[in-house]
Amino acid sequence: MTAAAIETSALRKVYGRTVALDRLDLRVEHGEVFGLLGPNGAGKTTVVKLLLGLARATGGGGTVLGRPLGDREVRRRIGYLPELFRYQAWLTALEVLELHATLAGIHGPARAPEIARVLDLAGIASRSRDRTGGFSKGMQQRLGLAVALLRDPELVVLDEPTSALDPVGRDDVRSIIREARARGSTIILNSHMLGEVERLCDHVAVVHHGRIVAAGTLADLLGEPAVRVRVSDLPADRSWLAAFGPAEEAADGWLTVRPLEEARVPDLVAEIVAHGGRVHAVDPGRRSLEDVFLGLVRDTP
Amino acid sequence: MSPRLVLAIASLTIREIARRRILWVMLGLSVASVVLVGWGVDRLVTLARGESLDEVEIRIGVSQVLIMIAFMFSFVLAMSAAFLGAPAIASDVETGTVHAMLARPLRRADLFLGRWLGLAVVMAAYAALSGSLAIAVVRLVSGHAPPEPAVAVAFLAFQSVTVLTVALTLGTRLPSIAAGAVTVVLFGLGWFAGVLGNVAVAFGAAPLAGVGDAARILLPSDGLWRGVIYGLEPPVVLFVAAGRNATAMQANPFFASSPPPFAFIAWSVAWVVLVLGVGIVLFRRREL
Repeated sequence: MTAAAIETSALRKVYGRTVALDRLDLRVEHGEVFGLLGPNGAGKTTVVKLLLGLARATGGGGTVLGRPLGDREVRRRIGYLPELFRYQAWLTALEVLELHATLAGIHGPARAPEIARVLDLAGIASRSRDRTGGFSKGMQQRLGLAVALLRDPELVVLDEPTSALDPVGRDDVRSIIREARARGSTIILNSHMLGEVERLCDHVAVVHHGRIVAAGTLADLLGEPAVRVRVSDLPADRSWLAAFGPAEEAADGWLTVRPLEEARVPDLVAEIVAHGGRVHAVDPGRRSLEDVFLGLVRDTP
Repeated sequence: MSPRLVLAIASLTIREIARRRILWVMLGLSVASVVLVGWGVDRLVTLARGESLDEVEIRIGVSQVLIMIAFMFSFVLAMSAAFLGAPAIASDVETGTVHAMLARPLRRADLFLGRWLGLAVVMAAYAALSGSLAIAVVRLVSGHAPPEPAVAVAFLAFQSVTVLTVALTLGTRLPSIAAGAVTVVLFGLGWFAGVLGNVAVAFGAAPLAGVGDAARILLPSDGLWRGVIYGLEPPVVLFVAAGRNATAMQANPFFASSPPPFAFIAWSVAWVVLVLGVGIVLFRRREL
């Protein structure tokens, strides 16, 4: 197995009496968008802080880009948008980026064009000479994104990157994340905006009470595809339905067939009609990430 | 340590103070107090001459007024140092500004030292400017020039830097308001312990005299204040004092017959370095 971008084993973090993380095993491959999901207080931000060396693990360990947790030099290759995105209010957006370029060791002739590139990418080039103190939360978050993307880092850690953005902003951020992945970055997306994660992530881990309660690709988590059909006047003999798959009929007239490939949905509808059934509604019955998430979080004590 | 990053943080700190108008408010207040001092001393001298007091007596009077003015400045400087130093790390941690910075290859020690350097430059410059201005104005209106104005100003600046160092260090662990308040209390206690120690010396109460010495070792600000007085005290006062009970004069918190010993100055420098070291360790251990 090749080295992962991030690998942790039995990572543990205790604050006083509170166990923030309990034996966390995480593996993030290079070049993927990895979603870290979980309710508030689940331990997502603690994971991020341990990965960046902002806090020290109580137990266990791991590597980030091949270096042990807390390594200082590796931070040259990481971009980070904190959950509390606050930048020096007395600086202009351009000056904040210049400061971070200095801290990241970006000098020489490539510096100015790189700053211009991320300002443009985050959509704040026109306000680059305004002080950030006057920025809306959305603008500050865009600035944070520009800071995180300076010099195309190998690893980009985004903690709730769209929490302050309107729908247009969120869509922009999705494009920015896709573009960063296309340029070769590995991205950790820490979020409880499930729609965001569903649209962007290759792999997902659900953290709850400091532990991973589910992990895998989105397809793994969402389960098999299915269809729900609201139907009336169906004949008593339903044996023909077995050709499509196991079917279940609820009292409210919804018939669920699971598993069923999406391509076969029209055939199923045609067969129902041929057998005298009347179709009122068809709904792709694949569970949403939200259903899966709520199931996991509510079932785990 | 990376000197380049320390300097980058120091210049950021100076820019912050300038941009947030703190510096200009401080300078404005200093100019206002210097104007007030000039006016007051001028009135005093005019009144004294009206009473046809001897010029030497007037000079002695003005010299003591100047020491009182310096005390006021030292208090204002200590307050400024406490309230600039305390939030320098604490409020960046509270607002989260520090998270994005420390996720870069920036050592916490570099951030801490950069903050200290920037603030120390501002405090020293402010002390030098406001102190020199006050001395110059007093000279202009009264003709009185203290014997060692540069020494007095240097001690004034050094004293504010020690207060700043305490505030910054406390701010690595305490919320900014608490760090500022504790610093001011410590500064006050240090001064009070110094006065108490002097009174004890004057009355020969040896065990109590140790309190003053211990306080000066723990927090050298009061010992450095003695250096300010020494730089301002005219020889004529020392001469008069020597003729009377010199030990009793020691009890006066606005009198110093000798400069702080070299060993004390060396200790004060070492003290700043030590406290900075403690601050770095505390900040490193802090969970963000």
